[in-house]
Amino acid sequence: MKTDIILAGVGGQGILSIAATIGMAALANNLHIKQAEVHGMSQRGGAVQSHFRLSSDPISSDLIPKGKADIILSVEPMEALRYLDFLKSDGWIVTNSTPFVNISNYPEIEIVLNKLKSRKNTIILDADSIAKELGSPRSSNIVILGAASPFIDLPFESLEAALRKIFLRKGEKIIQANIEALKAGKAFAEKR
Amino acid sequence: MQKLLLLGAEAIAQGAIDGGMSGVYAYPGTPSTEITEYVQHYELAKERNIHSKWSANEKTAMESGLGMSYAGKRAMVCMKHVGLNVAADAFMNSAITGTNGGLLVTVADDPSMHSSQNEQDSRYYGKFAQIPILEPSSQQEAYDMAYTGFQMSERLGVPILIRITTRLAHSRAAIERKQLLDQNEISLPSNPHQFVLLPNFARVQYKGLLNSFSGFIEDSETSPFNEYRDGSDKTLGILTCGLAYNYLMESFQDKPFNHPLLKIGQYPMPRKKVEKLLNECDEVLVLEDGYPMIEEVLKGYTAKENIKGRLDGSIPRDGELNPNIVAQALGFEEKKKETLLNDAELKEMIKARPPAMCTGCGHIDAYNALNEALSEYTVGRVFSDIGCYTLGALPPFNAINSCVDMGASITMAKGASDAGIVPAVAVIGDSTFTHSGMTGLIDVVNEKAPITILISDNFTAGMTGGQDSAALGKIEDICEGIGVDPAHIRVFVPMKKNHDEMVRIIREELSFEGVSVIIPRRQCIQTMRNVELNKRITELNLR
Ligand SMILES: Cc1ncc(C[n+]2csc(CCOP(=O)(O)OP(=O)(O)O)c2C)c(N)n1
Repeated sequence: MKTDIILAGVGGQGILSIAATIGMAALANNLHIKQAEVHGMSQRGGAVQSHFRLSSDPISSDLIPKGKADIILSVEPMEALRYLDFLKSDGWIVTNSTPFVNISNYPEIEIVLNKLKSRKNTIILDADSIAKELGSPRSSNIVILGAASPFIDLPFESLEAALRKIFLRKGEKIIQANIEALKAGKAFAEKR
Repeated sequence: MQKLLLLGAEAIAQGAIDGGMSGVYAYPGTPSTEITEYVQHYELAKERNIHSKWSANEKTAMESGLGMSYAGKRAMVCMKHVGLNVAADAFMNSAITGTNGGLLVTVADDPSMHSSQNEQDSRYYGKFAQIPILEPSSQQEAYDMAYTGFQMSERLGVPILIRITTRLAHSRAAIERKQLLDQNEISLPSNPHQFVLLPNFARVQYKGLLNSFSGFIEDSETSPFNEYRDGSDKTLGILTCGLAYNYLMESFQDKPFNHPLLKIGQYPMPRKKVEKLLNECDEVLVLEDGYPMIEEVLKGYTAKENIKGRLDGSIPRDGELNPNIVAQALGFEEKKKETLLNDAELKEMIKARPPAMCTGCGHIDAYNALNEALSEYTVGRVFSDIGCYTLGALPPFNAINSCVDMGASITMAKGASDAGIVPAVAVIGDSTFTHSGMTGLIDVVNEKAPITILISDNFTAGMTGGQDSAALGKIEDICEGIGVDPAHIRVFVPMKKNHDEMVRIIREELSFEGVSVIIPRRQCIQTMRNVELNKRITELNLR
């Protein structure tokens, strides 16, 4: 078993907490992991990505080769497109539909969404609204993780358990909110 | 023992702690920062009283590490690659003094310049200083090398350079710990002249270093980090080091690997093993991140034109390696493969998203005021430095004309004013000012150079993630102490509502024909929830 994931977003949008959640769940399942992160300069509002590899066998490269990723998980729609080269032809894109506009020449959002929709294995969700409806606007990244969870070879309960551990110090309410967010994302993906 | 999921940088910290380290000395710099931060936040390190406070710059860090080694204890010094330029004087001479307690110098290179001004290869510094280098290819090796590195340094009597790169520093994997070792007791060097580099003593020390070199090669020859694997397909031999090994193995995921392989993790290079590879194989492909250092050496070893790598174009001359580049060099992938991103429509859609200053950042207000005040002068007179404020080079600000190395703003402004660009302006951050801006200020004051220096004080090293700034609460005192007239040290709070006042103050100082220091002062918004920092800011009455 092997899943290669490109996590994409803008610095500060919380892709590292998605990575931490998958990482903890993978470790609990005794899987091998390599996760290349981006720190430093680009964290200041620049485009950021993380390569996440999990496998039942030892993993060689920290970076995913182009054309080999199973999933692009993106918290921002234009950023999902930036790494298309890395995706397998039958790989999945799971992306937020809410743009993060911090540049003046951001393309028409409709054009970006249409481009995404033109691929068959794409799930686009308005994670921000879903999270808001659940009363926890800050867990929109976890909603997207939930929507990607059917494609990640990990028991759903391990992701829940990982969220529990990560938010342990923040109290039961925040833990529950994040688990709800995870479930809502999964439900969305399964409807599709 | 338990497995830990760690970044490569953190694995080094953990290895050093477990290997009996008594102190880490560092100045922050991507991608090395997490080494020291790991020690700072690690309970066991506190219990063991391991020093981990930030140093003012890389040179002071290197010297403090050497001092701890003198005292017989184990120390590690960490920095990014360009930091070694700052520490180079101390570093080069530490090879001559040699060590007493084990001394590791961990330097993180940044090929492809993810967060740096250049992609210099620190292995050349190791070679220049004539000391051994360790280069891990995985998080586990990073741990192991830091752990055993202290003993190696004590055995060989010299500092050891550990070279890592961004991708290893910032990639996570599971590592297994070894047994926790005790720290050394204090013990002075047995030779009282070892650390006294007067020419007479230094010549003796240097001869000693030269005589040790064959021992370093011998150590490499038997090192577990240098592995020769035989293979039946001798048409191509492969020499790898660092992460390149992983990319190589990735390329052979779905095919058997039959090539003779030399994986190097310790330098100087193991001569016999290298010769064996060259003798056995028709061609040799060299896979190394950074400059073609090994490849150059091999080209000297052999007259045959059979070395492939960065110098013959098999691999791009610059930039970091990745699995695709390696697969292409092996002939498994075509070089100019059509990429999805060649789709014109798609290309048009994906806009560059460069880093930018945060909404609400004080540097922004300072630049808006500076730009307006400077509008009466011709352009091209603002010298800046390294930090978040460097992003003022980008639109909409286009506010600065240089960024070279830490501290260069003040001294370049001085040189330009000497040449006749008056007034010249320097823009520097608080942490960069104490790193190496203040020494330049002495030159400026001594010659009364007509420059205006903006020290944009946000109480932290913002760019690297909000580390403590050595300048906190001291900037006016430092400037006054160096000799700046207090009447020309002006402080304001950079906020929209103060714009007109800021412009007025900057204008006044620009027209003053002498040294002025202007301090726009407001806390970095990324640190607003840092309890410790907030306490100190209040104590120092900085708000
Ligand atoms: C010699 C050297 N050491 C370290 C760095 C890494 N570095 C870049 S910016 C920076 C922090 C600068 O802090 P400050 O001057 O206070 O400016 P701020 O980022 O807070 O605006 C550091 C440590 C570097 N580029 N060069």
